[in-house]
Amino acid sequence: MSGHAHTPSARIYVVTLGALLFLTGITVGAAYINFGSSSINLIIAVLIATVKASLVAMIFMHLRHDPPVNAIIFISSLLFLGLFILFPMIDIGSRDKVVPYGLRMQNPPPAAAGQAPAPGAPAASGEHGAAPAASH
Amino acid sequence: MSAESHVVEHNAEHSFRQHHFIDAEQQFTTSKLGMWLFLATEILMFGGLFVGYGLMQSVYPEAWIAGHHHLDRIMGAINTVFLLCSSFTMVMAVHYASTSQKSKTVVNLLLTLGFAAGFLVIKYFEYSHKFHDGLLPGRYFAYHGGGPSQQAMFFGFYFAMTGLHGVHVLVGMGLIAWILLRTMKGEFSSAYYTPVDLVGLYWHLVDLIWIYLFPLLYLVN
Repeated sequence: MSGHAHTPSARIYVVTLGALLFLTGITVGAAYINFGSSSINLIIAVLIATVKASLVAMIFMHLRHDPPVNAIIFISSLLFLGLFILFPMIDIGSRDKVVPYGLRMQNPPPAAAGQAPAPGAPAASGEHGAAPAASH
Repeated sequence: MSAESHVVEHNAEHSFRQHHFIDAEQQFTTSKLGMWLFLATEILMFGGLFVGYGLMQSVYPEAWIAGHHHLDRIMGAINTVFLLCSSFTMVMAVHYASTSQKSKTVVNLLLTLGFAAGFLVIKYFEYSHKFHDGLLPGRYFAYHGGGPSQQAMFFGFYFAMTGLHGVHVLVGMGLIAWILLRTMKGEFSSAYYTPVDLVGLYWHLVDLIWIYLFPLLYLVN
């Protein structure tokens, strides 16, 4: 029968909800404390969120009792997401400050214009394709 | 399992088991496997937004801090509680469906719908407040209260991430209403409750994504 023997009792769900609400309180409380820098605060918030997400995945989503293949799929997607985050972070951390294309017109350093377009492109580099620009 | 009980079970299965599965158990685990594959694609879809968020936060931390001051932590926290409670009532609905307790399943599905509606109502108030203040994404940004101009980008991420999440909440509500109707018609029992379980998985993923969105958007520090 469909996993009937594995269906856990309802009590564990109540305990899990209590833990999740408690951790939410901790997250909100921690946001009012300065741990040194905003990135440390961010890392703490993400770590607590990960504990909460694990509780939801293991207990509410029954990964504890499922065949391991479901957990493998879930964790694989998270690993690939980690790669997806890691490589752009390495890239952006190892170069000078990047000014997104659309926002270039608001802070117009003429020096930046030399880097952007290929030779032969018209001087009006800020005009074409600037649909998401924050220009006024 | 004795031979005659197997025959009885086989007859009970006849209404829902498709012929290419060995038994109901295999059909159930296969359905769950497919759902988890779908959830993996959902994680990667939201992942693109999380990557963009992370990159731009690292480039413009001051714009992120200025932008998040316009968000209401209390409303965000209430919405977090709503979604966590809805996840709880959802898993209780799955639990009762898997033990053939129809009326308790219906009650819990209704509660889940109620929490989801409460979430959207609060989201509506938050959005209309942002619209009123001109805190809009990209070139629509029309806030004149000062601060870094890249706040326009913060609100781009805010609306893209919470908007995509809100669409998922709406879709989830539709799915919950659908299994609610099927439950009331008596289509589910301990022998077959796969749709309840799979909609539950989807709903927990919506909760899971909000668990990250809340600290990243509302609690940047």
